Amino acid sequence: MTKKIKNLNLNFGPQHPAAHGVLRLILELDGEVVEKADPHIGLLHRGTEKLIENKTYMQAVPYFDRLDYVAPMNQEHAFALAIEKILGIDVPIRAQFIRVMFCEIGRILSHILNVTTQALDVGALTPSLWGFEERETLMTFYERASGSRLHANYFRAGGVHQDLPVGLERDITKFCETFPKVINDLENLLTDNRIFKQRNVDIGIVTKEDALDYSFSGVMIRGSGVPWDLRKSQPYDCYEQLEFKIPIGKNGDCYDRYLCRIEEMKESVSIIKQCLAKMEKGPIKTFDGKISPPSKKEIKQSMEALIHHFKLFTEGYRVPEDEIYTAVEAPKGEFGVYLISDGSSKPYKCKIRAPGFSHLQSMDYLIKGHMLADVPAVLGSLDIVFGEVDR
Amino acid sequence: MKNLIDLEKKINSELTTKINKTKIKHNQIYIEIDKEDLIDVLLFVKTNKDTKFRQLIDITVVDYPEELQRFKIVYLLLSHEFNQRMILSYFINEKEVISSITSIFPSANWMEREVFDMYGVNFKDHPDLRRILTDYGFEGHPLRKDFPLTGHIESRYSEEQKKVINEPVKLEQNYRNFDYESPWEGTKYIKEQVNTDDKKN
Repeated sequence: MTKKIKNLNLNFGPQHPAAHGVLRLILELDGEVVEKADPHIGLLHRGTEKLIENKTYMQAVPYFDRLDYVAPMNQEHAFALAIEKILGIDVPIRAQFIRVMFCEIGRILSHILNVTTQALDVGALTPSLWGFEERETLMTFYERASGSRLHANYFRAGGVHQDLPVGLERDITKFCETFPKVINDLENLLTDNRIFKQRNVDIGIVTKEDALDYSFSGVMIRGSGVPWDLRKSQPYDCYEQLEFKIPIGKNGDCYDRYLCRIEEMKESVSIIKQCLAKMEKGPIKTFDGKISPPSKKEIKQSMEALIHHFKLFTEGYRVPEDEIYTAVEAPKGEFGVYLISDGSSKPYKCKIRAPGFSHLQSMDYLIKGHMLADVPAVLGSLDIVFGEVDR
Repeated sequence: MKNLIDLEKKINSELTTKINKTKIKHNQIYIEIDKEDLIDVLLFVKTNKDTKFRQLIDITVVDYPEELQRFKIVYLLLSHEFNQRMILSYFINEKEVISSITSIFPSANWMEREVFDMYGVNFKDHPDLRRILTDYGFEGHPLRKDFPLTGHIESRYSEEQKKVINEPVKLEQNYRNFDYESPWEGTKYIKEQVNTDDKKN
């Protein structure tokens, strides 16, 4: 007698701790082997692009914090660069160093979260406890500079909102001294850990060709051995003046991507140190009164400054008609902004290119033929944050 | 091609009739084509050894509701080899169906689904054209310029029916869009007073 066997359809999420947010993954299982994966996204869709079209350029910045909410300033950076390129304004050198420094802090924030939660997904609890302590310190730096731990709203077209408070540079330097030890501790726990390796080595392998075809970027493409980093290949702000290495992987599996992230954190610490060393006192935003608001002191004394202030916070600055795509190397990959301005003070169109969107798309290709238990491991190594996938 | 100007020349000479306009700005090359030539042009720039635009970065649409050809379809491409970016675009009518490029770039799958969801542009030969970002059962295309910012329906949990229900949007205060860009001319009654005063004098 023959028995008919039917494949099992399994709903993974939308409320599952290993789904890293609100992902509904419909898996077709043959026994324990995944035959097909169909991710349903959009459960966190907030219509960011539509909202930005209805806000002035300055009011649009906070929406970028809410995309990839573990590394907010990296997103703001892409938007600020897009406006600056259209307006053709220069950013003072101190502002560039501050921005790059906070972008690298964002990179560490994101990589700690990813590495430790990936470990959590495959069964190690301790790394996340150690890592989150460091994240908390870094978020205090965010808070001291911008007034907010997460939703910073700190970068502006033409610089940053305000200068660093007294003592912050010293404290960040101190952090750079102690943090490498924490990375070492994490590595001691994970890198040679038998269980961690069993769960990650040779899982979710991406070949070079496929990494290109599936629009991968960031660690996902570097893990497969393609030396591509926008900070090096299309440098923006002051990255040209800094020295850093681009770690690349060999096998393109989850374990290589983990190693890349660990190495990138070390490089980020070195970049932060260089920024602090090269930073000199000076202006932190452009002097153009038509773009950056005047200081409180000026407003009290100058009528023109008062008018500028009023116009900037009601009408906002106007951006001439243009079309541009700018991208930055966000922790998760290439984060881009395709901006169309029409000469008014609101963007006509602002398309956000989120790296996680194309990474998650390849879930079916990555997981096909793997076991059910590998789903969280692969998902973890993709580094998905639903704020940016769903927008 | 290392140089953008050489690239522009190359593309213009190789694809002569298929290219409508090229432009170099912001260190990127902008190309305008016709809808019919999309597949040919993409295959050329992807495979030619002097262009090698191997990666599709994104697909998006710009909506110009007052134009006859309402939608501008935009393809962003990247060449890792030559470190160049290309912006490819063409215009279509509201009702036109365009060909899917999933056979050339597998990553176009979700990007085209997003375009379909947000703008209602239809693709032919797409393997799985469904909505992607909006809710199950959603109606309308939110990124069109004529779709209101507040949307059409709002959801809430109904205590009587013991489930989440959808209702038409009811706002206590309408969305206010101030036109700050009008130059200040003073309030009306003051102007009238000034005018009558002038006449008296």
